[in-house]
Amino acid sequence: MNQPIHPFADELAEGEARWANAFAAASAAPGRISNRSGVEIKPLYTPRDWAGGNYADALGFPGEYPFTRGIYASMHRGRAWTQRQLVGLGVPEDYNARLKDLLAHGATAISLIPCNSVFRGYDADEVDAELLGTCGTVVNTVEDMERALEGVPLERISCAMNDPSPFTLLAMLLAVARRRGIAVARITGTSNQSDCISHFVANHMFFRIALPGARRILVDHIDFANRELPGWNPLSVVGQHMQQAGATPAEAMALTLSSALQYAEDCIARGLDPDVFLPRFTFFFDISISFFEEVAKFRAGRRLWARLARERLGARDPRAWRFKFHAQTSGVDLTRQQPLNNIARVTAQAIAGIFGGLQSLHTDSYDEVLSTPTGEAARIAVATQNILREEAHLVDVIDPLGGSYYVEALTDEMERRIEALIAKVDAAGGMYAAVEQGVVQGMIGESARRFQDAVESGRQTVVGVNAYRTAEASAALRPLEYPERSRISAQLARLAEFKARRAQGAVANALGELARAAQGSANLFAAVLAAVEAGATHGEVCATLRRELGFGQPLTVV
Amino acid sequence: MLERPPKVIITKIGLDGHDRGSRVIAAYLRDCGMEVVYTPPWQPLAAVVKLAIEEDADVIGISSLATDHLLVPKLIGALRAAGAAEVQVVVGGIVPPADEARLLESGVARVFHPGASLQEVADGMRALAGRARAAQEGAAT
Repeated sequence: MNQPIHPFADELAEGEARWANAFAAASAAPGRISNRSGVEIKPLYTPRDWAGGNYADALGFPGEYPFTRGIYASMHRGRAWTQRQLVGLGVPEDYNARLKDLLAHGATAISLIPCNSVFRGYDADEVDAELLGTCGTVVNTVEDMERALEGVPLERISCAMNDPSPFTLLAMLLAVARRRGIAVARITGTSNQSDCISHFVANHMFFRIALPGARRILVDHIDFANRELPGWNPLSVVGQHMQQAGATPAEAMALTLSSALQYAEDCIARGLDPDVFLPRFTFFFDISISFFEEVAKFRAGRRLWARLARERLGARDPRAWRFKFHAQTSGVDLTRQQPLNNIARVTAQAIAGIFGGLQSLHTDSYDEVLSTPTGEAARIAVATQNILREEAHLVDVIDPLGGSYYVEALTDEMERRIEALIAKVDAAGGMYAAVEQGVVQGMIGESARRFQDAVESGRQTVVGVNAYRTAEASAALRPLEYPERSRISAQLARLAEFKARRAQGAVANALGELARAAQGSANLFAAVLAAVEAGATHGEVCATLRRELGFGQPLTVV
Repeated sequence: MLERPPKVIITKIGLDGHDRGSRVIAAYLRDCGMEVVYTPPWQPLAAVVKLAIEEDADVIGISSLATDHLLVPKLIGALRAAGAAEVQVVVGGIVPPADEARLLESGVARVFHPGASLQEVADGMRALAGRARAAQEGAAT
């Protein structure tokens, strides 16, 4: 951005030259420092780097375009972020108990992480029983969902479902609401993991159906939510997977915005109105421990998205320009060595996210590098957020790092890099094309390798791993116990009993309708919801769609 | 020194798809001069056994971040049943201490945890390839 000439330009230039000499004399060998995104970091920033002359255009005021200082006028001063901890373990009753514990300790919204078998699109009776409930909750039927959400006031609490296409968990949630007499229009929350591209290129968790089928269901799902679910955010575009897989912060932001552009352009091609669907696009990011880089990443992404939504996608409603995001502290930065140190890491990461202006935060438990979190560690993670908010007073001032010469200069530079990367994806023909060509996977893989090399060579310190090592007994920590085998057996028996008891004709009809919807052009999410309400299981819905739309193969580049 | 470079399979079994670790390790071992056979995630156990025999692999490296290591004892049983007991099995990733003891008991040669350096993994793989070759020669004579 063009900077007007500073009124004291000569004095500043003179002063900086004087300081540079003194700095060079004092530092034996001032080495170059670059952040993870490759931006060279100077030892000092002054008004010569950022003078604030373009304040109105580049920053503006909170709640106003381009939203650099935050998407709402009151930001955290008015309403703190949502504390949303990821939860998922065991059978539905185990999940329900952990949920109630977290809600009692200050969590203000819920999430559901299903068992990996669910992520893969299978019922409990289709996979190795050893793995059931060891990582996420086993939820296959509407009755499982009822038990999981027993006593949770669905009309008042926001639910994030980690629920990739075809969104069966949302279908079960809506079915439970109807059973309880709650209008589905009152259900609020987000379809986490709805960003199918990120699964194909980064964490490979959710290959239920081939990418073209997933692409269609996503637009069907957004369309359904636009019409029927005013409180639901159908899309969460996920930068977190890519950054956890190795993308730098700038790459993760760029690829996320490119994905969002792709989804928005798909919706526009379907005839949907950006002023209707964009206000319910949300984003989900990783917060690494590279503190200022993360703050700048979020501020730059927010400003850039506002411009893209307005200028490229043609949205006119200011709500469509807002960059709403949930963030999670980075698990990749946590260490198995000296695991309690992870509490300090998570604290630093969380502060970066808060200063970055997030709307919702998950803080990792310190023991995630050892196992699925224990109850005690999960409570410390929630307490960390409470301490930052109410003891450290991080919420008193909106965008407190705004106006820092360094942070503003870095925000500008990160934005330039993110834009250049988006241009690269555009040149490949958009995100789907870039993924099919392997451009994105190659980029992420190279960055992962570069970071590992930096750790390996000691250029990047990791306390307890390549520096400050101590002999220690990490075995003293008690990792979470796996669910008792008897509970898993009972869950399997319940699934068999459910399948035997339901109205078989209605299930067969609904699955037939689902197959026909897949062959034609009827809304697929509506058909998924009807099938779940008729008693179809998650595995049956996924199997039907896999048969009709093809199974997705990994798109991997080594 | 081995006559030909160690041959290593880097794979993931079970349900999880997070593959950053397996990709980084595969690329590093390849750059160290090893012959690396890399597979996408979710390999059925029988497919891993078949691959190990067809490729005459010395070591199978299983990357596990989300409890898939619980299936490794079954994999070792399947390797033995197929007459490929000399193939060394290594697990890398998130493995709780109690599970590590059980894995070692079941015949896993080594468990690498987060923070293990790439060099340490490469050295370990090389040593285990030597052990696999010795076991194979022992069985042949």
